Amino acid sequence: MSRTWRRARAEGIPDRPPIVPLAIATVGALLFALPLLGLLWRAPWGSAWDVLNTQPARDALRLSLVTSLSATGVAIVLGVPLAWVQARVSYPGKRFVRALTTLPMVLPPVVGGVALLLALGRRGIVGSQLDKVGVNLPFTTGGAIVAETFVAMPFLVLTLEAAFRSSDRRLEDAARTLGAGRFTVFRRVTLPLVAPSLIAGIVLCWARALGEFGATITFAGNLQGTTQTLPLFVYIKLEGSNPDSAIVLSLVLLVISLVVLVALRDRWLTAR
Amino acid sequence: MTLAAKVRIELDGFILDVELTVDPGQTVAIVGPNGAGKTTLLRALAGLRGLSAGRIELDGIVYDDPDAGIYIPPERRPVGVMFQDNLLFPHLTALENVAFGLRARGLSRSDARRRAEDWLRRVGLDGKGRARPRELSGGQAQRVALARALASDPAMLLLDEPLAALDATTRNEVRRDLRRHLTTFAGVRLVITHDPIDAAVLADRVVVLDHGRVAQIGTPAEITTRPRTPWVAELTGTNLFRGTADADGRVALDAGGAIVGADHRTPGPVFAAVHPRSVSLHREKPEGSARNTWPGTVVAVEPVGDRYRISVDATPSVVAEVTQGAVRDVGLKEGTPVWIAIKATEVDVYPA
Repeated sequence: MSRTWRRARAEGIPDRPPIVPLAIATVGALLFALPLLGLLWRAPWGSAWDVLNTQPARDALRLSLVTSLSATGVAIVLGVPLAWVQARVSYPGKRFVRALTTLPMVLPPVVGGVALLLALGRRGIVGSQLDKVGVNLPFTTGGAIVAETFVAMPFLVLTLEAAFRSSDRRLEDAARTLGAGRFTVFRRVTLPLVAPSLIAGIVLCWARALGEFGATITFAGNLQGTTQTLPLFVYIKLEGSNPDSAIVLSLVLLVISLVVLVALRDRWLTAR
Repeated sequence: MTLAAKVRIELDGFILDVELTVDPGQTVAIVGPNGAGKTTLLRALAGLRGLSAGRIELDGIVYDDPDAGIYIPPERRPVGVMFQDNLLFPHLTALENVAFGLRARGLSRSDARRRAEDWLRRVGLDGKGRARPRELSGGQAQRVALARALASDPAMLLLDEPLAALDATTRNEVRRDLRRHLTTFAGVRLVITHDPIDAAVLADRVVVLDHGRVAQIGTPAEITTRPRTPWVAELTGTNLFRGTADADGRVALDAGGAIVGADHRTPGPVFAAVHPRSVSLHREKPEGSARNTWPGTVVAVEPVGDRYRISVDATPSVVAEVTQGAVRDVGLKEGTPVWIAIKATEVDVYPA
């Protein structure tokens, strides 16, 4: 049997190409490629800079950077301990908490926005209490940050939790016998060991926060300079008077996404 | 700096119950099969797990005593641990690994660095400070781990299977090296191993653990010649002799008698190892080619699988493993006077 096979190979008869899967795969790949080509094709390259340099566009860019970076910061502060607890502490209801933290990844963002509004809005259960101490989130930049954090933090938590779970805990034991207390162990051993995953989680989280649309427009609204982030700006302009600026800012978001992909390529995109 | 430990740990139906006293400057080897509780004992001594009952006292200070409500966490015990697989921090350099404990115990960065450099020099790794653990050989990584464990000047050193990860060729060398480094450490030394040769080379005293209990305590020689449990008999399957070699390959044994080995022409203190299957027993003084022959008396005949393990009282005493046919032909039983014969090529001699 293997003789026959070897002879066929030796005579240079190649395997018949798998035509049907190849054809379907091509259509699938085009589904991703065509919209990007369309975007590049229609881009007003000549006037790109002028479009970027308008006040509303600059506001949207600045606001997007501020809110997405803030959301990432909040996600780090809250998400790193959350991921650690999920990976290392056993407590009743842990599976429920895991489901909760994963939910925003599958929940339609608009629903997330509605839920945030009902909880943190002026008349919401928590929002009404916050209102009494003068904190007001809906339709503010803070609200946009909360919306983005809600949607983006799961990417950080899940990535990091898996890393904590798979890192060698015996190294932490070793550190403790060398005189390191719990926090020193965490800072000098646990965290450095998961650094690649931490960075990947942060980048994914930030990219998701930057692209956030549904929860933001629902919970924080669409106020130029306050809550109108890049995706909102793109959507409004495309519907309205100036589709060119929508296209240019879409390109900006596309470039950022590509940079993220390139940065993470060693991790997930290595072709095998 | 004596260690006095009464360790009782109960977990999922397994009970570890060990009493142990180790004097400073003494190396005690804990040997035993997998699941005997060796690593659990080490973790308890290091403070990585608490006792169910008992007491751990080192140098007059109590570190664990559940009845008195005392438990000192690992980071506050003067204990250095060399873990199985070394467990060097992969994200730190060799120097940073050694300096880790010093930094954690409050030394300034520069002081920690200086002392870590000093330690690397002491274990012969001068210039390797910047290497990451993955760039080090097994023997080098082990020396870094030893330096790291010793750097903060512990009162007790615990070694968990220090030689298990090494391949056979470097093993002898590293073992010898480790022995030399151990003798320079003045505190309590405890080595966990499953290898009887490691135990014999490294330890002054051997504690055999079986099913969470002490099965035997003794010097390595006692453990080798007079096993008291089937597992110990298995464990000490090798005849190991200490002695001094001359330039002709003749080894004068510390325990009396002499043995001729192959391939070793360097004079000095040596070990000679003989597998029991390489020992043949005869009624008359053998005339054949074997270079080592001496008389003795059979003291024990035990079946081991399809063979027999024969303990012969002689100078030196040996354990032989022979076929059923040989037992029948030679008529081996307790009290039988026999001649022991070992070919020089079957005697593995290596430096001590």
